[in-house]
Amino acid sequence: MKDRTCIAGVGTTAYGKRGEFYDVNPIDQVREALDLALAESGLDRRAIDGFATYSVEKLDPSVLAPALGIPNVNYSSMVHGGGGGGTCGAVANAAAAIIAGQAEVVMVYKVITQPPHARFGAAYGSAQVAADPASDFHRPFGLISPAQFFSLLFRRHMHRYGTTPLHLAEVAVSTRANATRNPKALKREPLTVEQHQRARMIADPFRLFDCCQETDGGAVILVTSAERARDLKQRPVYIMAGAMGGDTLWGQGLTSQNQPEELYVSAGHAHLARRLYAQAGISPQDVDVALLYDHFTGMVILQLEDYGFCARGEGGDFVASGAIRWPHGRLPVNTHGGNLSEVYLLGMTHVIEGVRQLRGEASSQVTDAEIALVTAGPSNLPTSSLLLRR
Amino acid sequence: MAVLALLAAVCPDANTRPFWDACRKRELRVQRCADCGRFRQPPAPGCAACGSKLFEWPLLSGLGTVFSYTVVHHAAVPPLAAEIPYNVVVVELDGAPGARLISNLLDCAPEEITIGMRVEVAWDEVGDDLILPRFRRATERG
Repeated sequence: MKDRTCIAGVGTTAYGKRGEFYDVNPIDQVREALDLALAESGLDRRAIDGFATYSVEKLDPSVLAPALGIPNVNYSSMVHGGGGGGTCGAVANAAAAIIAGQAEVVMVYKVITQPPHARFGAAYGSAQVAADPASDFHRPFGLISPAQFFSLLFRRHMHRYGTTPLHLAEVAVSTRANATRNPKALKREPLTVEQHQRARMIADPFRLFDCCQETDGGAVILVTSAERARDLKQRPVYIMAGAMGGDTLWGQGLTSQNQPEELYVSAGHAHLARRLYAQAGISPQDVDVALLYDHFTGMVILQLEDYGFCARGEGGDFVASGAIRWPHGRLPVNTHGGNLSEVYLLGMTHVIEGVRQLRGEASSQVTDAEIALVTAGPSNLPTSSLLLRR
Repeated sequence: MAVLALLAAVCPDANTRPFWDACRKRELRVQRCADCGRFRQPPAPGCAACGSKLFEWPLLSGLGTVFSYTVVHHAAVPPLAAEIPYNVVVVELDGAPGARLISNLLDCAPEEITIGMRVEVAWDEVGDDLILPRFRRATERG
């Protein structure tokens, strides 16, 4: 797979608060993002012949291709699972399809518009009224939201390694500082450690600012062959590696809480990290900027460990050292402001920020960034990640 | 004891029914692979370690240790507002290494919950046909 495909264009809609775009036709949201991606890439919409998405996206090629004027559909795929675990997997699927000759230009797309009355983060909760065999081992005990599931993993990490809520605060504050420089970010007011620590508790130890926003919007990422990308308008961003899956014993770890302890105190990405570095032939020291899926601050710390930027258990000390801060940290993280402070588009904006960093056009630009790590959301299997280079 | 009464329902299927049937008899049983002996929870029709489809449901003592916990302060669905704050514990079960149950700790203030705390099952009769395995501090000696 290495370097055989590129991301040639990206686009996002305007960002809205949860429910704000509920009355907008989601196809129009895809069109808005797609038109921007096409314009910046120089590709014509008729060049698109493949679709890749994830997270039980409702829009499929049967409605999108006719509405968007795309003449032929040669490829279509969906990554299993809800949540943001499949973002990078959808990009990897697009790359694999192009390498296999199944398609020439694949659009990876995702739209998130939530009904104003039902929160995504309460997805497990809204299903609770109807008992279900799969949720019977957690729902009756009040364990029904992602914040609650992940708080249990992080609590064990705190117990085992001495990680603290101040480490969580550093992730929230650093991410918000990046968002203050991003004109599109929804949360641009600076955040202090004191504000973080005073905020209301959601699921101990996670407080309000440890949990990402819930927002509306859409995004499109155009993937094509490296050969074709070199003739287009943007500097090509090469897909070095893409991994989708995880450790079998993680399985339904998020909802079952039954991973072996070494996996329990992780974000479940260590297996993907090994696959990714091996595919790309690089090591963690080669990564210049990391876009780590931040549904919860604690899972950023655990991913830093999974991806080998520090040893298991040292993620708290790593962030406390200033390592994830832009511009002088050893590894600036979520320079766009992440799910926490920019927008929550199920990880699409993490891939897009990777592209912007490698083109040199990010709002918090890492000097001479050559390699970006992008991760999708820690969740039940499968989840996914990417390495991009300029 | 009306803890989280709103959520007190289960919908057993072929895979999970033996667990819930045992609960109705106030017996805590979890699945163990009949070939390699690996415990697993929730129930599954195969063993992650060896792939065997054979399993058994050994009876456990009901004792365990708190592996992790949270205290929920935000009601994920509005009707739970009356229940917050409430705790959720993950309990590692004696006699079933590697198998953990998600549950609640009864009669324990949030600040008193600790990882490593010894607990025992407290059968909570929440309906005519449903008994849930919750836990309380163990009364065992030393």
